[in-house]
Amino acid sequence: MSTVLTVLRKDMLLELRSLETVPAMVLFSIATFVIFHFGLNRATIDGQLAAGVLTVTLLFAALLGVNRLFVAEREQGGFDAFLLAPVDRSALLVAKAAALFAFLAMLEVVAVPAFGVLLLGPSLGPPLLGLIAVLALADLALAVIGTLVSAIAVQSRARDLIGPLIGLPLLIPALIATARAAGPLLAVHGSGSPPGKWVAVLALYDLVFALLAYAVFDFLLED
Amino acid sequence: MDQPPAIELRGLSRHFGERTALRQVSLRVPPGATVAVLGHNGAGKSTLLRILATLLRPHAGEVAVLGEPLPRRAFAIRGRIGLLAHEPLLYRDLSGRENLRYQARLHGVGRQRVERLLAAVGMEARADEPVRALSRGMVQRLAVCRAVLHEPSVLLLDEPRANLDPAAGELVEPLIGRATGATRVLTSHDPEAALAEADLVLGLRQGRAAFAGPVAELDRRRLAELYA
Repeated sequence: MSTVLTVLRKDMLLELRSLETVPAMVLFSIATFVIFHFGLNRATIDGQLAAGVLTVTLLFAALLGVNRLFVAEREQGGFDAFLLAPVDRSALLVAKAAALFAFLAMLEVVAVPAFGVLLLGPSLGPPLLGLIAVLALADLALAVIGTLVSAIAVQSRARDLIGPLIGLPLLIPALIATARAAGPLLAVHGSGSPPGKWVAVLALYDLVFALLAYAVFDFLLED
Repeated sequence: MDQPPAIELRGLSRHFGERTALRQVSLRVPPGATVAVLGHNGAGKSTLLRILATLLRPHAGEVAVLGEPLPRRAFAIRGRIGLLAHEPLLYRDLSGRENLRYQARLHGVGRQRVERLLAAVGMEARADEPVRALSRGMVQRLAVCRAVLHEPSVLLLDEPRANLDPAAGELVEPLIGRATGATRVLTSHDPEAALAEADLVLGLRQGRAAFAGPVAELDRRRLAELYA
């Protein structure tokens, strides 16, 4: 656990110094909301359409973070330095997934209210707790799958291509479950809590990929 | 009775695709000895160091470091090897002190050791500046600190004095020199300097061991052949 915290702290410090990932994700999200605003030619949206727009925007913004997750490790020797230490290699997976989760949470602190102002018809107040729960589960899926994909992609010269090419198909089930769970929350006079079925699908997907990532991550670090 | 070797290679081979980086290399290094690995660029020196550092797997042959066979028992020796590579293995956006504290935590080493090392290489005053703002020589001094942070029993030194002026070379000498008592494997573009501090020589030509033995047995003609 201390290794996870050590690597996580270092990643947070690196992001604080370089400001390369989170600001880019935030700007991308806000620009996308503006594009949707004009592209859909609607002042406001709600329900399933709103959930789809929010989920897809967050997914694509997350890919920016996924592509950069291991860049410092690869380009500045962080992988070698970590592999030379007598620590469990899985700690790197957990720390990187936690860092990506934190980046996504920071993104959503800005992007969700911006979505509420720029596009969403109904007020964000009543469904906020339910929406936070759904987005937390979605972020977990993005963090685990994103870390796995990023660890694969960073070994390749075409990492900017490989990340989305492998990541997007793997994330489709999570995208569907997130949008379906968030849809009723964002409807006019919508429910205050998300549908249990889709929340359970999302949670199960998180669990399966967390176990899968834990099982294969060591092999990804081999030469 | 023979002392068990700190490093033992038997028929070590490693390929990168079609290219053979190391072919059938054998060597036995007693504890505390220094081996100079000599040869042209691309002879296989850095590949050998990366295999000994457990960062690359051998494709054939046997490798044992501190009695532990690699790669099977790599975990057992990771904390006992120090690698000073071509790249400093430091994050450019973190300061030298932050980099060393990060590495210290990974190796279970206290902060006092970090401060002692920074003082030893004369980097206390610049230790809080980001690595990207430092000169190459200063970065190399920090890289030396990183490599020896955990007081390793085996030091793998790839061009250890690169970018260092004579004064800085003297500062790092107690940390990576013979006085450490560690078993050392070092490469250098300056064979004379490497031989001056070595007990053994491994001369590589196109991945093959063209010479492996005591420094005293490497005459001028053989040395010239290594670089021919």
